[in-house]
Amino acid sequence: MFEFGIPVLSAFVSLALAAIPLLLAGANPIAAYGQMIKGVFGSVFAISEMLTRATPLIFTGLAAALAFRAKLWNIGAEGQLYLGAMAAVAVGVGAFDVAGFILIPLIIVFGAAAGAAGMAAPTFLKARFGADEVVTTLLLNFIILIFVQMMLEGPLQDPMGLGWPQSAPVLDQGMLPRLMDRMRVHSGLIIALIAALVAQFMLARSVWGFQLRAVGENAVAARHAGIKVKRSLYSVAIISGGLAGLAGVSEVAGLKGYLTADLSPGFGYTGIVVAMLAGLSPIGVVVAAIFIASVFVGADSMSRAMGVSSFLADLVVSMSLLCVLIGGFIAKYRIIRADKGNTTS
Amino acid sequence: MDILNILLSESFWAASLRIATPLIFGVLGALLCERAGVLNLGIEGIFVVGAMCGWLAVWLGAGLWGGVLVAALAGAFFGLLHAILTVPLGLSQHVSGLGITLFATSVSYFSYRTALPNVSSPPRIEPFQPLDFPVLADLPFFGTVLFQQTALTWLALFMVVAVWYVMNRTALGIAIQAVGDNPDSVEAQGLSVFALRIGAVTAGSSLMALGGAFLTMSAFDAFFFGMVNGRGWVCIALVIFASWRPGKALLGALLFGAFDALQVRLQTQMGAAVPGQVFLMAPYILSIVALVIAARSADYPRALLTPWFKGQR
Amino acid sequence: MSNIVLSLNGLSKKFGSVVANADVSLTLERGEVLALLGENGAGKTTLMNMLFGHYLPDSGTIDVADANGQLCPLQLGHPLAALSAGIGMVHQHFTLAENINALDNITLGAEPLLAVRRSTRLARSKIDRIIEKSGLKAPLSTPVGRLSVGERQRVEILKALYRDANILVLDEPTAVLTPQEADTLFENIKAMTKDGISVIFISHKLHEVLAFSDRIAVLRHGVKVGEMATSQADEKAIARMMVGAESPKVERTKIATGDPVLQLKNISVAGRSKRDSLEFVSLEVHAHEILGIAGISGNGQGALAQVVSGLMTLSEGTIQVGGKEITKPAPQAMISAGVGRIPEDRHREGIIGAMTVAENMVIERLEDSDIQSRGLLRPDAIEAYARILEHSYDVRGPGVTAAARLLSGGNIQKLILARVFERAPKVILASQPTRGLDMGAAAEVGRRLLEARERGAGVLLISEDLDEILGLADRIMIIRDGQLVETKSHDREAIGLMMAGEAA
Repeated sequence: MFEFGIPVLSAFVSLALAAIPLLLAGANPIAAYGQMIKGVFGSVFAISEMLTRATPLIFTGLAAALAFRAKLWNIGAEGQLYLGAMAAVAVGVGAFDVAGFILIPLIIVFGAAAGAAGMAAPTFLKARFGADEVVTTLLLNFIILIFVQMMLEGPLQDPMGLGWPQSAPVLDQGMLPRLMDRMRVHSGLIIALIAALVAQFMLARSVWGFQLRAVGENAVAARHAGIKVKRSLYSVAIISGGLAGLAGVSEVAGLKGYLTADLSPGFGYTGIVVAMLAGLSPIGVVVAAIFIASVFVGADSMSRAMGVSSFLADLVVSMSLLCVLIGGFIAKYRIIRADKGNTTS
Repeated sequence: MDILNILLSESFWAASLRIATPLIFGVLGALLCERAGVLNLGIEGIFVVGAMCGWLAVWLGAGLWGGVLVAALAGAFFGLLHAILTVPLGLSQHVSGLGITLFATSVSYFSYRTALPNVSSPPRIEPFQPLDFPVLADLPFFGTVLFQQTALTWLALFMVVAVWYVMNRTALGIAIQAVGDNPDSVEAQGLSVFALRIGAVTAGSSLMALGGAFLTMSAFDAFFFGMVNGRGWVCIALVIFASWRPGKALLGALLFGAFDALQVRLQTQMGAAVPGQVFLMAPYILSIVALVIAARSADYPRALLTPWFKGQR
Repeated sequence: MSNIVLSLNGLSKKFGSVVANADVSLTLERGEVLALLGENGAGKTTLMNMLFGHYLPDSGTIDVADANGQLCPLQLGHPLAALSAGIGMVHQHFTLAENINALDNITLGAEPLLAVRRSTRLARSKIDRIIEKSGLKAPLSTPVGRLSVGERQRVEILKALYRDANILVLDEPTAVLTPQEADTLFENIKAMTKDGISVIFISHKLHEVLAFSDRIAVLRHGVKVGEMATSQADEKAIARMMVGAESPKVERTKIATGDPVLQLKNISVAGRSKRDSLEFVSLEVHAHEILGIAGISGNGQGALAQVVSGLMTLSEGTIQVGGKEITKPAPQAMISAGVGRIPEDRHREGIIGAMTVAENMVIERLEDSDIQSRGLLRPDAIEAYARILEHSYDVRGPGVTAAARLLSGGNIQKLILARVFERAPKVILASQPTRGLDMGAAAEVGRRLLEARERGAGVLLISEDLDEILGLADRIMIIRDGQLVETKSHDREAIGLMMAGEAA
């Protein structure tokens, strides 16, 4: 069971705390908040921008939420996102010049597979050699990013790109359709929402989800009860990596159209915050991603209007993570006290 | 053979030690935290804070050692925050650490932008200069490698000895080792588990911040976004490789530094044949390889990651 | 000057509605060995935890003699106060850091933390003196992780003596020791008492209490039910005091045993230490039979249970269930072959506390078609099934949709019983099934095991509680140093001797 109270409270507390840096930067917090709200909800365009920002965050948030449920610490969504994006351009820029209804699924499948491989490898190192996946996935993020730069100056470089380190554009029929005219919000959002719903359903209702939760909560008892722990971990690793790969696919084939090495402003890391704010619940991830995306888009708009650094958004996001952690502690403390009342028979 | 020439050159080893310096601080800091039983993934952000605060203090006129002190205090502050979240509150060390990294990084970036809203190229400070050892600097080989380094490198080397001495030769260090193995052993003898852990994490974090400060105050003379570039995470891998021993931590950091220095030199020599990124990737790959080799036999502090509460035996 | 060094006056302690101690008074004299005797759950450990300041009593006071022999009230609920009043406690679970050596463990906290230099010379000579007087020999410079259990226990006692304890409390000190180590321990205790140290040792083993104490106090249900000088003690009378007027006699019928349902042949496993290894173990459990495995803790019981649970890889030997060999032992393979397992550590291995009672009830049945179809769970069916089990196994708590960790220990065990017995397994492994349970819950476990025997199951009962084995088992084997020996005898004395490794 998931309580919404704490995350919502944490979100507001972190926004309120942002008044301190705003004051230090010499801005009027009330005006700044007003500007942020206007920047996110002031027009259809603003809302479209916010949803566009939320799309990759839903994917990376789901990637973190599912893995963390199994206590598999996938901190590598950032790298897996780039793997997915690379696969998308590798397939999408002309290798297969086929109709859209074939090319789009092809891009999606290859992108997800690349991301999945990016998480399967550290999981193998953990299962086989006991190498801590936190460290390996973190380091892989850097390796993959450098690899992307290499590819963009090599095989994936756009021959027509005047030497810029960027890929050729994805074929028009390979692009995910836009949802509205003249708006950037694209059907990657629909895929993300479906993924969240499916994840929610599978986690609660499938044998796979049952086993995943069991492994995450108590791996010793799960193994004793006949659950194949390693298989469970590999399966969640592949799905988690695949979702992160889809974030890359959706950014490349939904939004930008081509790959550069600055495709992601840290969506992978922010996904961890999204997942924690969501209490690791897939549906919660959608809500949390929309909140975080609002903070980013709102802060951008506020920054342009008032001259306060847009790093304020990162500040709010990181504070909301710390707040939700502390809030979780308070809730746990309440449960422990309630337990004491209950178990004395 | 080119590689042999490189490996025998004085400038190569001088560069290795220079590159290793921030890692020495970082690994020692991580070692202190983990020996007490607390994983500190805040390290990457604490590096950033150290780099930014140290530099900013100097730029505002605090003097170089003033900057070092400010960096250490800033690191201690974020370390204390992590310690409070993970020790008395017993929250997930993984998540709290990542939260500290995000928080410390965004605080640094925001402060930098707020302090310097309209600069296009980062302002420079006068960084630490190589120490001038009159006779020693003229020694063959060691003269260049050791005696033309800056004071912060010497501080790092001194810290290796200091941390080793404290951990192995003082009652405090032994208590820190004990609290990372079995907190009950410390509690039963009337010492405070919380105080030991919070103290170790705070002290370790200020060492990490010095690693960041080295970047802006010795290796370079300005602060850039993204300049820490995963050095903190490398330290987390190296501390496992070093099996939580200061001497091996120095060795690990030096190996890493040597490897990094080597890749830079090979890159300039073989630049045309192989893409430069292959060399840039190599140190991170090396860290993973080191981790994989060390992981099975690693003697993790037994209480690492496990929160402790009074009265729960 | 009175000879009394410690006096507990009317101590009471309740946990919720459970009375752990009621109005217990005790005195201890200088140089005396007082045995605190009682069954599991009689309140011995709670009493000593109040003495040592780990628990705050609900009522009552404690007086301790000061340096002049004057009794002074002890500040309650403060371990440091107890420590400085000269009370040392050796817990069943050692509180030692394994990565530092014995000397450092002993001096930890006794020297200034912030001193730049540390002098171990004085400390070492003080410890050497204590060792010489008491005979508590232990290597001081080896990391504690490499010491034997007996050595670790001696380090624990040294820790207390180093802090100048003159009252020493030993909680079940022989539970983890080999008989030889236990003998050495009692010799050491004797040497210490000559030096004026008073010892309270907690035990539920009658024979060692009779052999090594000066005075005996018996606790039952948290109340002191008797106290006497050991020299005048009558074994049978004490046993009756411990278990109450009528010892709970289990009803059991005579049944002819059937075919073997579980066969282990020449099984060897190499665990991390000798304590969890097995050497060429063979056994057979038949239908309609309970085979009891008796033994002192740490002689390979854990390894045997893990083998039958499918959790350990065999280095040698074969397992057959119902005549069919299990070629790749794994938990799933054992479950589907018809083995029901009641794990030793029910909180860690038995349940997933964060998941619901219902989910914990079906966790071993995820393949069955009434629980899932095509990979999807059937929540209504699961809940209905759980409600039936909740009712028929009398699992009490906040309901089947609540988290399992909210249940009490006894009800967690009932949950596990329900999960295991409802599948009518051919073989039941019951590993320390009543440890830590109250009398009622323990009796329920026994009744269920006998019921399963009647139905035709074979039960492998591993227990350190000899009375439980004598009450339930049809045949008894003794486990010692990872090896099994069968005994025809049902005589507790003879079996006790075999457990201790002496020919009977």
